Amino acid sequence: MLSVSKLRSRLFGPIDLEVEGGECVAVVGASGAGKSLLLRAIVDLDPNEGEVAWKTRSRSEMPAPEWRRLVSYVPAETGWWADQVAAHFNSSEKALALFEMVGLPREAMGWDVTRLSTGERHRLGLVRALLQKPEVLLLDEPTAALDEAATRDVEELVKRELQSGTAILLVTHDVRQAERLASRRLTIADGKIVDQTGAAA
Amino acid sequence: MNSYIALDYTDVLLASVFLFLNGALSIVLRLGLERQLAIAAVRMVVQLFMVGLLLKFLFEAASPWLTLGVALAMAGFAGREIWARQERRLAGFWGFGIGAVTMLVAGAIVTVYGLVLQIQPDPWWSPRFALPLFGMVLGNTMTGVSLGLDTLHTTISRERRAIEAQLLLGRTIREAVAPAMRVALRSGFTPIVNAMAAIGVVSLPGMMTGQILSGLDPSEAVKYQLLIMFLIGGATGLGVLGAVFASLWRLTDERHRLRLERLVTAP
Repeated sequence: MLSVSKLRSRLFGPIDLEVEGGECVAVVGASGAGKSLLLRAIVDLDPNEGEVAWKTRSRSEMPAPEWRRLVSYVPAETGWWADQVAAHFNSSEKALALFEMVGLPREAMGWDVTRLSTGERHRLGLVRALLQKPEVLLLDEPTAALDEAATRDVEELVKRELQSGTAILLVTHDVRQAERLASRRLTIADGKIVDQTGAAA
Repeated sequence: MNSYIALDYTDVLLASVFLFLNGALSIVLRLGLERQLAIAAVRMVVQLFMVGLLLKFLFEAASPWLTLGVALAMAGFAGREIWARQERRLAGFWGFGIGAVTMLVAGAIVTVYGLVLQIQPDPWWSPRFALPLFGMVLGNTMTGVSLGLDTLHTTISRERRAIEAQLLLGRTIREAVAPAMRVALRSGFTPIVNAMAAIGVVSLPGMMTGQILSGLDPSEAVKYQLLIMFLIGGATGLGVLGAVFASLWRLTDERHRLRLERLVTAP
């Protein structure tokens, strides 16, 4: 179980929440409500206070890089540190298997990053994070720039992750998507959780 | 071969004729430069006369404390200049402090080294040797340090997403900022490398020219110039490394985060 308690920064909080392994919890709310800040704070990318733990392992007891391999955040717009797509992957074989699952052509491995569309970059970012085999996934609008087919592919991948026991916190503007994937829904406004419902309700 | 030719004020005044010509040209061609030209010229005259008087006073006083005080003030001005030359700089005192302290430490190490081991005046801190030497070292090192810091801050801000993407994959902050650090160090070292490559071919250094004009054998002047250039090279290395590492330390933290909120953009 991912447990977040009294998490706060200068710009949001305090926030308490829990996500079980194999469970997807959706986070909704207006732009600027603090959804991305919440995810950034959980992976310790911004200064923050509060307790965060996965199962019995507390964030404060391990070095930040180790925590971030366990709990992976896929931002809405991620960064690239080399020109070539391939330079961002340690093992291209494992990456190519995932390329197929999210509808990316195998040739994309040989492309320059600048040649990719926003949607392609986004799916690549997801693949890059999944290759680390994280136990918790924090997804920030994973399908915002995708067409229907690609959205379906990504959602299938998310479901597969859930079946293998990954805990997922999903920021989305798509209410239907929240219903399809998540068992609960948290609404955030002004940096606080204002509403908590089961997706079916 | 000591053949120093003293100038009187008439000589100096005569040389300024060309500046007046420039001013007249600016009026005729309506360049609107005559005001700026006049102000800059007056500033130059006043500043140089004042520094001449100050140096004369310091040399006669020959006090180690006064010499130290002036050296500290010079490092302070260098720090202020480094601060002003950065488009993005550390917020608060750090923006000035890192530049001033690294200039003071790097400049002092090589200046003292040159005074005690090579030039060996008596006393070793003699202001006639210490202050011009320290000034030359500061003036040249400053360019490298400000370029290094400016490049570091611009690169880290621009590459924020790429750096954070690496952090998110579990890399350490040191690995993630290493490319930006290298770019910054390289750009800090560029001016001194270029200066060494061009010296004597494209440019004759001011100090060497001055020594030759005051009657010194050119091959003696060359030795002095080489000494200075080696000291400047040393101070640039220390200064750029020190400033870039100190700034990186300030822009990251022990939880492997980027702390870009500690940077501000110059207005």
